[in-house]
Amino acid sequence: MANPTIELKGIRKSFGPVDVLKGVDMQVFAGKVSALVGDNGAGKSTLIKGLSGAQPYDAGEVFFDGSPVAINSPKDASALGIEVVYQDLALCENLDIVQNMFLGREEVHQGMLNQAEMEKHAAATLGSLSVRTMKSVRQKVSSLSGGQRQTVAIARAVLQKAKVVILDEPTAALGVAQTEQVLNLVRRLADSGVAVIIISHNLADVFQVCDYINVLYLGTMTAQLETAKTNHPDVVAYITGTKSDTKIAEESVA
Amino acid sequence: MSTEPGHSSNPSTNTAAATATAAAQHTSIPTGHEGSVRDQFDAYLQRVRGGEMGMLPALAALVIITLVFWIATPFFITKLNIANLLTQTGALMMLAMALTFVILLAEIDLSAGVTGGLSMAIFILLTNKSSLPWVVALLVALVCAASIGLFIGFFVAKVGIPSFVITLGLFLGLQGLNLVLLGNAGAYRIQTPAIVAIMNKSMPVWAGWLMLLIMVGLSLGTGMYDRARRAAAGMAVRPMSLLWARVGALAIGGGLIVWLLSLNRSTSSVEIKGVPIVVPLALTVMWVGTMMLDRTRFGLHLYAVGGNPEAARRAGINVARIRIAAFMICSSLACLSGLFSASQTGTVESSAGRDIVLSGVAAAVVGGVSLFGGRGRLVQAAIGALLISMITNGLGLLGQSAGITLLVTGGVLILAATVDALSRRRSGSTSLARG
Repeated sequence: MANPTIELKGIRKSFGPVDVLKGVDMQVFAGKVSALVGDNGAGKSTLIKGLSGAQPYDAGEVFFDGSPVAINSPKDASALGIEVVYQDLALCENLDIVQNMFLGREEVHQGMLNQAEMEKHAAATLGSLSVRTMKSVRQKVSSLSGGQRQTVAIARAVLQKAKVVILDEPTAALGVAQTEQVLNLVRRLADSGVAVIIISHNLADVFQVCDYINVLYLGTMTAQLETAKTNHPDVVAYITGTKSDTKIAEESVA
Repeated sequence: MSTEPGHSSNPSTNTAAATATAAAQHTSIPTGHEGSVRDQFDAYLQRVRGGEMGMLPALAALVIITLVFWIATPFFITKLNIANLLTQTGALMMLAMALTFVILLAEIDLSAGVTGGLSMAIFILLTNKSSLPWVVALLVALVCAASIGLFIGFFVAKVGIPSFVITLGLFLGLQGLNLVLLGNAGAYRIQTPAIVAIMNKSMPVWAGWLMLLIMVGLSLGTGMYDRARRAAAGMAVRPMSLLWARVGALAIGGGLIVWLLSLNRSTSSVEIKGVPIVVPLALTVMWVGTMMLDRTRFGLHLYAVGGNPEAARRAGINVARIRIAAFMICSSLACLSGLFSASQTGTVESSAGRDIVLSGVAAAVVGGVSLFGGRGRLVQAAIGALLISMITNGLGLLGQSAGITLLVTGGVLILAATVDALSRRRSGSTSLARG
């Protein structure tokens, strides 16, 4: 296996007396989809917020492409090429697809917005993700379906030349057909060389699209599995804490 | 996988060749500029059906109300009344455009009217009591108005007071300040001919035609410029005939009005002709404001904050800065609105601007500017103001009482708000999912 794009070592985070992350290790690889699963309160969001710079870790090391980095703000994260697509998507419904994809990073020509260039790049990016369901890149987001909105949010991350894209529950609000669309999109995103992290409660989705499954249980990484070498009941056992990897057990003893 | 990874997923501005091939490979998603006039028209109809009606309802209302009054009274479509309408609507139109900047953020400025009044009070004191040149006095008034906007913006964006409350406070407080400044002495007469001329004098006939020529030139010029830029980027352009149609409509419609205003409309022996001076002033403000809203990052960010402040914040937009700027623009334009109404009456009173502000809000809403934020344009606010002025003017010509006028205006406002709410619901529900 190639070197990981992101490697976390001994990540710790507490809120007051509560230890949310108790020395978490994790690896994320370019071109692969890694799932981050775990029950409510396991520490998934806290782990992601540290990576996105929204809530820096207390202790531990973060390696990006092999070299140690400090992520203390969302700016640090996006400078490294880490983009988070939040569950609520954060799109402006009154703006169109192009405007949303470029929001905050517009291209400007002589003080005016460079509409033609932005339109071109937006269309090319959506095209590269083989997105074909939109009528026009100038369609307002308010007229898009949930799956299409998710697509726009992901395309926005791709447009920023993200190396790591973190998706928070990307299919939670979607129907069957749209879930399928988004999962296909996630697969294509990884195949284009991006390291993808998916947070999900839906194990069916996880098994369909992910290469690796990382299980958090009460702030500890109890399992890092290859999807091909595990099965549904095992993962459920890890999530509910009835099963734990020996490796983790040894570490906590040490 | 249908695409080579690597080059097509990372469209970069530097590797133009790579993106050009990527764009050529994936022509699947149109930009809305493709196709014949017919296709464009169909796409437009579909957008309207989807709830993106833009200024269509206001324009329809404009046509209907014009026809109704035209039939009802022979005095409505006359040279004199059209000129009157344009000047009667000047102050309201400017205030509606001012308010549009904050309504787009789903905020409100109840103090906009009295801000205009206060800045005129400052203006009149500076010109009448000290011998300051009127241009300097006007600049001071403008700066005062802008700082009121800064004050409101600070409390809304930094302290977190709802704009309704802070501007209600100012609505009361600034009236008090106006009284303190001007006393109970009644009205101050404006002694600056240039200011009185704005509403009461007309340009020479040739200047009216020059104004129209500039408007048509700008419309054609920006249209051609946009086409050239799209063509240079290798993007599809709309049929040229659409641009000609738009410019032609402007030339013919504008030409008709300028021609009517170029005829003598006086009922006495003193000749009155030409386009009123207020018209080019208002049009200039509208053009600059529209360019800013449609074509700059600031304008786009204003719409983004109005649509979803949280999304704007996450995209790295300084939301507080946008809010403060919007309130400052609103108050500055409110100063111009105050100037127009002072020019119209030739006087400044301590109660100036007290009654006009809610009509300004009504005008913006009637024109289709959404109070929910994020939707609306300056030209819509202007059309809304024209509509309200036409109702007042037309019912006045028909000899109806002020009570009836208020009743009709209120009804039109409620109708407009209903159209807005319904179209909003519609545009949220027409998800064209094709899975």
